[in-house]
Amino acid sequence: MSSHEHAADPDRGRIGMWLFICTEILLFGGLFLLYSVYRYKHPADFHAASLDLSRFAGTLNTIVLISSSLTAALAVHELREGRIARAKLLIGATLLCALAFLTVKGFEWGAKFEHGLYPNAPHLLSLPPGQILYFGLYFTMTGLHAVHVIVGMGVFGYGLREMSRGKVTLKNPILIENATLFWHLIDIIWIFLFPLFYLIS
Amino acid sequence: MSDTTSERKPGYKTYFAVYAALVCLTAITVTTASLNIGRLAIFAVLAIAGTKSVLVLLYFMHLRYEKRLLVKILIPIVVATLAVFIGLTYTDILYR
Repeated sequence: MSSHEHAADPDRGRIGMWLFICTEILLFGGLFLLYSVYRYKHPADFHAASLDLSRFAGTLNTIVLISSSLTAALAVHELREGRIARAKLLIGATLLCALAFLTVKGFEWGAKFEHGLYPNAPHLLSLPPGQILYFGLYFTMTGLHAVHVIVGMGVFGYGLREMSRGKVTLKNPILIENATLFWHLIDIIWIFLFPLFYLIS
Repeated sequence: MSDTTSERKPGYKTYFAVYAALVCLTAITVTTASLNIGRLAIFAVLAIAGTKSVLVLLYFMHLRYEKRLLVKILIPIVVATLAVFIGLTYTDILYR
């Protein structure tokens, strides 16, 4: 059986993607559990540390990522209607949003580094234990999320190329459909990361 | 292809309505967090995040239009598994 026959079965490809999404949910679920236990044990430290994050940047990135989810969903819609050019445009818009998200994230991390807040930094280690845990979780979880954003961008970039070459069509949309499912998962993870790290009252 | 995924395809109207709902819920979360409602805030924030996720899953990820039972039940199974993990962990932490 050639790889083309695999790609031509939409159900099989979709089920595989959903299984992968489940493993991703469990991966981040474990980290969220870790977060919740430490937050339960150090509520005051978590609150104090969260004040160092910019609520504005977090909210902005939430809107950017939700918008990218919308353009990705619309891209699949256009693809299913057979309008490839429009679908490509919408995937391009999704990629721009992703880039904007990473840029904001980059500035946020940069500001943290300048204030001596990075893993194993002398200043960070002088803080109370709960705050060290908070920043450890912050860098791990938003970092892992950012890795997913970068991978998603790579898959979309590949998808754009395959669309241009006529490999992704109305008859064979699974690559873009699955890339988009992955993208929505990234959005869902951020939907939880944002309030848990930026909005501790 | 789309026949296997959807019976009725959602249109631009549906997608933009979901988008508007997601933006509104984000605004509500940010406002809730600035109010001082104490321990209740975390549950409010999680409930809103859960609602937003369900919207994304049902409409953007087309679970509402999904025909394959296997795909339909995967997410509930994963959420239930996580609930067991979280429940067992907290019985350990709270009653140790």
